[in-house]
Amino acid sequence: MNKIIKNEMKLEFLSKSNNESFARIAVACFASQIDPTIEEVADIKTSVSEAVTNAIIHAYPNGEGIVKVVAKLYEDEIEIEISDTGIGISDIEEAKEPLYTTKSGLERSGMGFTIMESFMDSLKVESIVGLGTKISMRKKIKNKEVSLSSSTYEIK
Amino acid sequence: MNVKHYVEDKVIVFEITEDLDHHVTEKIRRRADYEIQRFMPKRVILDFNRVVFMDSAGIGLVIGRYKTTCCYGGKLEIANVSTKLRRIFEMSGILKIIPIISSDKEAVNE
Repeated sequence: MNKIIKNEMKLEFLSKSNNESFARIAVACFASQIDPTIEEVADIKTSVSEAVTNAIIHAYPNGEGIVKVVAKLYEDEIEIEISDTGIGISDIEEAKEPLYTTKSGLERSGMGFTIMESFMDSLKVESIVGLGTKISMRKKIKNKEVSLSSSTYEIK
Repeated sequence: MNVKHYVEDKVIVFEITEDLDHHVTEKIRRRADYEIQRFMPKRVILDFNRVVFMDSAGIGLVIGRYKTTCCYGGKLEIANVSTKLRRIFEMSGILKIIPIISSDKEAVNE
Protein backbone atom coordinates (compact mmCIF):
# COMPACT_ATOMS: atom_id res chain seq x y z
CA MET A 1 0.00 0.00 0.00
CA ASN A 2 2.93 2.34 -0.62
CA LYS A 3 1.11 4.53 -3.04
CA ILE A 4 2.41 7.90 -4.11
CA ILE A 5 0.44 10.85 -2.78
CA LYS A 6 -0.34 13.24 -5.62
CA ASN A 7 -1.72 15.98 -3.42
CA GLU A 8 -2.85 16.60 0.14
CA MET A 9 -4.88 19.22 1.98
CA LYS A 10 -5.97 20.05 5.50
CA LEU A 11 -8.94 22.07 6.68
CA GLU A 12 -9.81 23.15 10.20
CA PHE A 13 -13.00 24.92 11.16
CA LEU A 14 -15.31 25.50 14.12
CA SER A 15 -18.08 22.98 14.75
CA LYS A 16 -20.79 25.27 13.37
CA SER A 17 -23.49 23.71 11.21
CA ASN A 18 -23.06 26.26 8.42
CA ASN A 19 -19.62 24.72 7.79
CA GLU A 20 -21.21 21.47 6.59
CA SER A 21 -21.66 22.73 3.05
CA PHE A 22 -18.24 24.42 3.10
CA ALA A 23 -16.49 21.16 4.03
CA ARG A 24 -18.18 18.93 1.45
CA ILE A 25 -17.78 21.46 -1.38
CA ALA A 26 -14.09 22.01 -0.52
CA VAL A 27 -13.37 18.26 -0.55
CA ALA A 28 -15.33 17.78 -3.79
CA CYS A 29 -13.38 20.58 -5.51
CA PHE A 30 -10.09 19.14 -4.29
CA ALA A 31 -11.06 15.63 -5.47
CA SER A 32 -11.78 16.92 -8.96
CA GLN A 33 -8.01 16.91 -9.61
CA ILE A 34 -8.06 13.12 -10.04
CA ASP A 35 -10.97 13.31 -12.45
CA PRO A 36 -13.80 11.48 -10.69
CA THR A 37 -17.18 10.87 -12.33
CA ILE A 38 -20.22 12.93 -11.29
CA GLU A 39 -21.51 9.94 -9.32
CA GLU A 40 -18.21 9.52 -7.48
CA VAL A 41 -18.20 13.22 -6.55
CA ALA A 42 -21.78 12.94 -5.28
CA ASP A 43 -20.85 9.91 -3.12
CA ILE A 44 -17.83 11.75 -1.68
CA LYS A 45 -19.88 14.87 -0.93
CA THR A 46 -22.60 12.92 0.85
CA SER A 47 -20.11 10.92 2.93
CA VAL A 48 -18.13 14.02 3.95
CA SER A 49 -21.36 15.77 4.87
CA GLU A 50 -22.40 12.85 7.10
CA ALA A 51 -19.05 12.63 8.92
CA VAL A 52 -18.72 16.40 9.39
CA THR A 53 -22.32 16.70 10.59
CA ASN A 54 -21.68 13.93 13.13
CA ALA A 55 -18.66 15.82 14.48
CA ILE A 56 -20.60 19.09 14.62
CA ILE A 57 -23.65 17.62 16.36
CA HIS A 58 -22.07 15.13 18.75
CA ALA A 59 -18.44 15.95 19.50
CA TYR A 60 -18.78 19.16 21.49
CA PRO A 61 -22.00 19.20 23.55
CA ASN A 62 -20.73 22.04 25.75
CA GLY A 63 -19.87 24.55 23.08
CA GLU A 64 -17.77 24.63 19.97
CA GLY A 65 -14.56 22.90 19.02
CA ILE A 66 -12.41 22.27 15.99
CA VAL A 67 -13.29 19.82 13.24
CA LYS A 68 -10.39 18.77 11.06
CA VAL A 69 -10.60 17.40 7.52
CA VAL A 70 -7.60 15.90 5.74
CA ALA A 71 -7.84 14.69 2.15
CA LYS A 72 -5.14 12.82 0.25
CA LEU A 73 -5.23 12.18 -3.46
CA TYR A 74 -3.59 9.18 -5.08
CA GLU A 75 -3.51 8.23 -8.75
CA ASP A 76 -6.81 6.34 -8.53
CA GLU A 77 -8.04 6.82 -4.98
CA ILE A 78 -9.05 9.45 -2.45
CA GLU A 79 -8.52 9.12 1.28
CA ILE A 80 -10.43 11.39 3.66
CA GLU A 81 -9.99 11.78 7.41
CA ILE A 82 -12.45 13.71 9.53
CA SER A 83 -11.50 14.15 13.16
CA ASP A 84 -12.47 16.04 16.28
CA THR A 85 -11.17 16.30 19.83
CA GLY A 86 -14.59 15.96 21.41
CA ILE A 87 -16.31 13.54 23.77
CA GLY A 88 -15.74 10.41 21.68
CA ILE A 89 -18.03 7.43 21.05
CA SER A 90 -18.31 4.81 23.79
CA ASP A 91 -19.79 2.03 21.64
CA ILE A 92 -18.78 2.34 17.99
CA GLU A 93 -20.63 -0.79 16.84
CA GLU A 94 -23.86 0.51 18.34
CA ALA A 95 -23.34 3.96 16.78
CA LYS A 96 -22.89 2.34 13.35
CA GLU A 97 -26.19 0.42 13.56
CA PRO A 98 -28.69 1.66 10.95
CA LEU A 99 -31.33 3.94 12.52
CA TYR A 100 -29.40 4.24 15.80
CA THR A 101 -29.43 7.84 17.00
CA THR A 102 -28.99 9.69 20.27
CA LYS A 103 -30.48 12.86 18.81
CA SER A 104 -34.00 11.92 17.72
CA GLY A 105 -35.17 15.32 18.96
CA LEU A 106 -33.06 16.88 16.21
CA GLU A 107 -34.73 14.51 13.71
CA ARG A 108 -31.51 12.66 13.03
CA SER A 109 -32.33 9.52 11.10
CA GLY A 110 -29.41 7.41 12.34
CA MET A 111 -28.40 6.61 8.76
CA GLY A 112 -25.08 8.51 8.66
CA PHE A 113 -22.67 5.59 9.07
CA THR A 114 -24.79 3.36 6.82
CA ILE A 115 -24.56 5.96 4.04
CA MET A 116 -20.79 6.42 4.51
CA GLU A 117 -20.29 2.65 4.43
CA SER A 118 -22.24 2.15 1.24
CA PHE A 119 -21.00 5.24 -0.64
CA MET A 120 -17.30 4.76 0.13
CA ASP A 121 -15.11 1.68 -0.43
CA SER A 122 -13.85 1.52 3.14
CA LEU A 123 -14.69 3.18 6.44
CA LYS A 124 -12.73 3.09 9.69
CA VAL A 125 -13.93 4.64 12.94
CA GLU A 126 -11.49 5.21 15.79
CA SER A 127 -12.62 6.84 19.00
CA ILE A 128 -11.43 7.35 22.55
CA VAL A 129 -13.97 8.60 25.07
CA GLY A 130 -12.92 12.07 26.22
CA LEU A 131 -10.27 12.48 23.54
CA GLY A 132 -12.09 12.46 20.24
CA THR A 133 -13.09 10.58 17.13
CA LYS A 134 -11.46 9.99 13.76
CA ILE A 135 -13.26 8.73 10.67
CA SER A 136 -11.10 7.49 7.81
CA MET A 137 -12.62 6.61 4.49
CA ARG A 138 -11.35 5.69 1.05
CA LYS A 139 -12.84 5.60 -2.39
CA LYS A 140 -11.41 4.31 -5.65
CA ILE A 141 -11.73 6.68 -8.56
CA LYS A 142 -12.15 4.95 -11.90
CA ASN A 143 -9.99 7.29 -13.89
CA LYS A 144 -11.40 7.56 -17.39
CA GLU A 145 -8.21 8.70 -19.13
CA VAL A 146 -6.02 5.94 -17.72
CA SER A 147 -8.40 3.13 -18.71
CA LEU A 148 -8.88 4.64 -22.16
CA SER A 149 -5.17 4.97 -22.94
CA SER A 150 -4.26 1.53 -21.59
CA SER A 151 -6.91 -0.19 -23.71
CA THR A 152 -5.67 1.65 -26.83
CA TYR A 153 -2.19 0.48 -26.00
CA GLU A 154 -3.31 -3.16 -25.79
CA ILE A 155 -4.90 -3.04 -29.22
CA LYS A 156 -1.64 -1.90 -30.78
CA MET B 1 -38.25 26.87 0.23
CA ASN B 2 -41.40 27.91 -1.61
CA VAL B 3 -44.79 27.10 -0.12
CA LYS B 4 -47.79 26.66 -2.42
CA HIS B 5 -51.39 26.18 -1.31
CA TYR B 6 -54.08 24.53 -3.44
CA VAL B 7 -57.70 23.41 -3.15
CA GLU B 8 -58.63 25.85 -0.37
CA ASP B 9 -55.52 25.07 1.64
CA LYS B 10 -56.24 21.33 1.73
CA VAL B 11 -53.17 20.57 -0.39
CA ILE B 12 -49.85 22.15 0.51
CA VAL B 13 -46.73 21.77 -1.61
CA PHE B 14 -43.38 22.56 -0.08
CA GLU B 15 -40.93 23.14 -2.88
CA ILE B 16 -37.45 22.73 -1.43
CA THR B 17 -34.98 24.95 -3.22
CA GLU B 18 -31.73 24.38 -1.36
CA ASP B 19 -29.22 21.63 -0.67
CA LEU B 20 -30.52 19.50 2.18
CA ASP B 21 -28.17 19.03 5.11
CA HIS B 22 -28.58 19.28 8.87
CA HIS B 23 -28.01 23.05 8.86
CA VAL B 24 -30.77 23.75 6.34
CA THR B 25 -33.37 21.23 7.52
CA GLU B 26 -33.75 22.97 10.90
CA LYS B 27 -35.18 26.02 9.16
CA ILE B 28 -37.38 24.07 6.73
CA ARG B 29 -38.95 21.87 9.40
CA ARG B 30 -40.01 24.87 11.50
CA ARG B 31 -41.68 26.57 8.54
CA ALA B 32 -43.33 23.37 7.28
CA ASP B 33 -44.69 22.37 10.69
CA TYR B 34 -46.13 25.86 11.17
CA GLU B 35 -48.06 25.61 7.88
CA ILE B 36 -49.26 22.04 8.57
CA GLN B 37 -50.46 22.88 12.08
CA ARG B 38 -52.19 26.01 10.87
CA PHE B 39 -54.04 24.61 7.84
CA MET B 40 -54.30 20.89 8.69
CA PRO B 41 -54.08 19.89 5.01
CA LYS B 42 -55.35 16.56 3.66
CA ARG B 43 -52.25 16.21 1.49
CA VAL B 44 -48.76 17.48 2.03
CA ILE B 45 -46.26 17.17 -0.80
CA LEU B 46 -42.52 17.67 -0.42
CA ASP B 47 -41.20 18.58 -3.85
CA PHE B 48 -37.52 17.68 -4.40
CA ASN B 49 -37.32 18.92 -7.98
CA ARG B 50 -34.72 21.57 -7.17
CA VAL B 51 -32.71 19.58 -4.65
CA VAL B 52 -29.26 18.86 -6.06
CA PHE B 53 -27.66 17.56 -2.87
CA MET B 54 -29.10 15.66 0.08
CA ASP B 55 -27.61 13.70 2.96
CA SER B 56 -29.31 11.73 5.75
CA ALA B 57 -30.79 14.95 7.14
CA GLY B 58 -33.29 14.70 4.27
CA ILE B 59 -34.52 11.34 5.62
CA GLY B 60 -35.06 12.92 9.04
CA LEU B 61 -36.94 15.80 7.44
CA VAL B 62 -39.32 13.47 5.57
CA ILE B 63 -39.96 11.21 8.59
CA GLY B 64 -40.60 14.25 10.77
CA ARG B 65 -43.08 15.81 8.32
CA TYR B 66 -44.76 12.42 7.91
CA LYS B 67 -45.40 12.41 11.66
CA THR B 68 -46.72 15.99 11.80
CA THR B 69 -48.92 15.50 8.74
CA CYS B 70 -50.43 12.28 10.12
CA CYS B 71 -50.95 13.96 13.49
CA TYR B 72 -53.19 16.54 11.84
CA GLY B 73 -55.09 13.98 9.76
CA GLY B 74 -53.26 14.30 6.46
CA LYS B 75 -51.16 12.24 4.10
CA LEU B 76 -47.56 12.94 3.08
CA GLU B 77 -46.15 12.35 -0.38
CA ILE B 78 -42.80 13.16 -1.95
CA ALA B 79 -42.40 14.37 -5.53
CA ASN B 80 -39.70 14.67 -8.20
CA VAL B 81 -37.18 12.43 -6.46
CA SER B 82 -34.04 11.93 -8.58
CA THR B 83 -32.20 8.59 -8.73
CA LYS B 84 -29.47 9.98 -6.50
CA LEU B 85 -31.95 11.00 -3.80
CA ARG B 86 -33.98 7.83 -4.21
CA ARG B 87 -30.92 5.74 -3.34
CA ILE B 88 -30.63 7.54 0.01
CA PHE B 89 -34.36 7.24 0.75
CA GLU B 90 -34.31 3.53 -0.13
CA MET B 91 -31.59 2.81 2.44
CA SER B 92 -33.82 4.08 5.23
CA GLY B 93 -36.87 2.03 4.21
CA ILE B 94 -39.24 5.02 4.40
CA LEU B 95 -40.46 4.46 0.84
CA LYS B 96 -42.51 1.56 2.21
CA ILE B 97 -44.81 4.05 3.94
CA ILE B 98 -44.36 7.25 1.95
CA PRO B 99 -45.41 7.27 -1.73
CA ILE B 100 -43.36 8.98 -4.44
CA ILE B 101 -45.38 10.86 -7.03
CA SER B 102 -43.83 11.92 -10.31
CA SER B 103 -44.83 15.56 -10.11
CA ASP B 104 -46.74 17.89 -7.84
CA LYS B 105 -48.98 18.76 -10.83
CA GLU B 106 -50.83 15.48 -10.25
CA ALA B 107 -51.98 16.70 -6.88
CA VAL B 108 -52.88 20.16 -8.04
CA ASN B 109 -55.01 19.15 -11.02
CA GLU B 110 -57.27 16.84 -9.07
